[in-house]
Amino acid sequence: MAAGAPMGAGTSSHIYEGNAPRLMAPSWIFIGFFLLAPVIMMAVYSFLTKEFRGGVIWEFSLAAYDQFFFDRGLFGDEPPSIEWTYIGIFWRSIWQAGLATFVCLLIGFPTAWFIATRDPQSRSIWLFLVTIPYWVNLLIRTVSMKFLIRDTGPLNEFLLQVGVIGEPLGLINTNFAVQLGLFYSYLPFMVLPIYAAVERYDFALSEAAADLYSGAWTTLRLIILPVVKPGIIAGCILVFVPSLGAFLAPDLLGGAKTFMIGSLIEEQFKGNAGNWPFGAAASMILLTIVLCILLVYARNQNKTEIR
Amino acid sequence: MASVTDLRRFPGFLAITLTCLVVLYAPLIVVAVYSFNASTSITNWGGFSLTWYVDVFTGPDAPKFQRAAINSLIIAVCAAVAATSIATAAAVAMTRAGRFKGKTLSFALINLPLMVPEVVTAVASLVFFSAIGFTTGLLTILVAHIVFCIPFAYLPISARMQSIPDTYEQAAMDLYATPRQAFTMVLLPLMTPGILSGFLLAFIISLDDFLITNFVKGAGVETLPTAIFGSVKQGIKPNIMAISTLMLGVSIVFVSLSWLIGRTGQNKK
Repeated sequence: MAAGAPMGAGTSSHIYEGNAPRLMAPSWIFIGFFLLAPVIMMAVYSFLTKEFRGGVIWEFSLAAYDQFFFDRGLFGDEPPSIEWTYIGIFWRSIWQAGLATFVCLLIGFPTAWFIATRDPQSRSIWLFLVTIPYWVNLLIRTVSMKFLIRDTGPLNEFLLQVGVIGEPLGLINTNFAVQLGLFYSYLPFMVLPIYAAVERYDFALSEAAADLYSGAWTTLRLIILPVVKPGIIAGCILVFVPSLGAFLAPDLLGGAKTFMIGSLIEEQFKGNAGNWPFGAAASMILLTIVLCILLVYARNQNKTEIR
Repeated sequence: MASVTDLRRFPGFLAITLTCLVVLYAPLIVVAVYSFNASTSITNWGGFSLTWYVDVFTGPDAPKFQRAAINSLIIAVCAAVAATSIATAAAVAMTRAGRFKGKTLSFALINLPLMVPEVVTAVASLVFFSAIGFTTGLLTILVAHIVFCIPFAYLPISARMQSIPDTYEQAAMDLYATPRQAFTMVLLPLMTPGILSGFLLAFIISLDDFLITNFVKGAGVETLPTAIFGSVKQGIKPNIMAISTLMLGVSIVFVSLSWLIGRTGQNKK
């Protein structure tokens, strides 16, 4: 995101000085009116009363948040105890997204490193190869993955015929399948920032380390990783945040046991649940988590910049 | 004495990169191959055939998918044009108008669509449109798409503009060009590669979107992704694979175009 950051160009006269409000107005109007206002409206909806089969009644109510956090029994007359269903779904989503981020890092770092250390000519070709799948429709990628790994799909058929396995692997509708889907969806987000960081890495540092008898892996751990850390952190955030609210991968590749936040929210609006205030409340909680992560990131970034 | 190339090499990194590429490409290639399968059973290979491509254009589902494809294209073109224009204006303000009030805030605002999780944007848009009584349909989809395409169009445009020193425009103004002329005759041609890649990016992003579209589309209005999703829910049929392969081709053509434009932009510099 730093690519478009305001830069203090050293020029004294700015050609379009004074035109800024006019030039910025369309962005403000569009994003302000069709994103900022909707998010505020969603916050309001989360405090309203639900109407059956979608929609709301304009009456203040904390029912949505109450339903999220507390269990009051079937008829709502028992003393409240903590409701674990939704907290559990959020926890599982955080766990899934965290694991997906870790896997992307484990695979993405060596990939980014490998690409960044090629000669400039082949570098852009490798980079291009890694990013092409990202531009293919996400739905189509996810459906393709489902087709490939399902029990009667080509992967299992092939392994059965070769005789490596006796029965289908049963990959579909598991956590593993969701992980694979998330990895597939967001890997380039990990590779690109790390690539950018490695590209700027000064190999004189590695030479100095080697001169002081540091082995390759020690250099990686003590020198390289700390230096490219900003790229790694940026990559982790770019993978974690969309994974957390992902809908397609868990919905198409996972089953009932891998239900994630995205599906929970979708069900309130498009599915059978039809509880708009509850969906709005769940979205608010998700948004809060994400904004907190981004805020912490932005603060740390400012700190390192000042230093 | 270790040479620099040795320091750059870690054992296994090449293998991981190749594995990575296999995982990324295998599903797409498999689907593309099976879309040419003659057999009605979608997993057994029954010989090469174009049956399913014929089915896509003339089969019983053809009108539905054609309608959806046309909707998708209309929305993607309109959203990309609108988002690119808005983003171009914003990029000029951010890189050429010096410091102004609310600049940092403006930057955050442009990037806001990237920060809000997609499902939250979807919910917020649906709630908002229903609250203000906006009938859901093509127009609501378009408006939502323009919003989340803006940052994607903005990034390449502003990156391009930052690499153009403003001395060109200064020179034009010294030669008595008005700011408007300096913009249309000097700056605009220079930033064209950035605008083009911004446009292509926005176009693909709009074409790609499922979640937000699914929330804000009215009853009966479908785009290609929502139509495919609805069909896939009842099982993956061979015609879906043919459509997927066609869309795959379109994406690859567009990305390659965008890549080539980016390269020519760099070479000129």
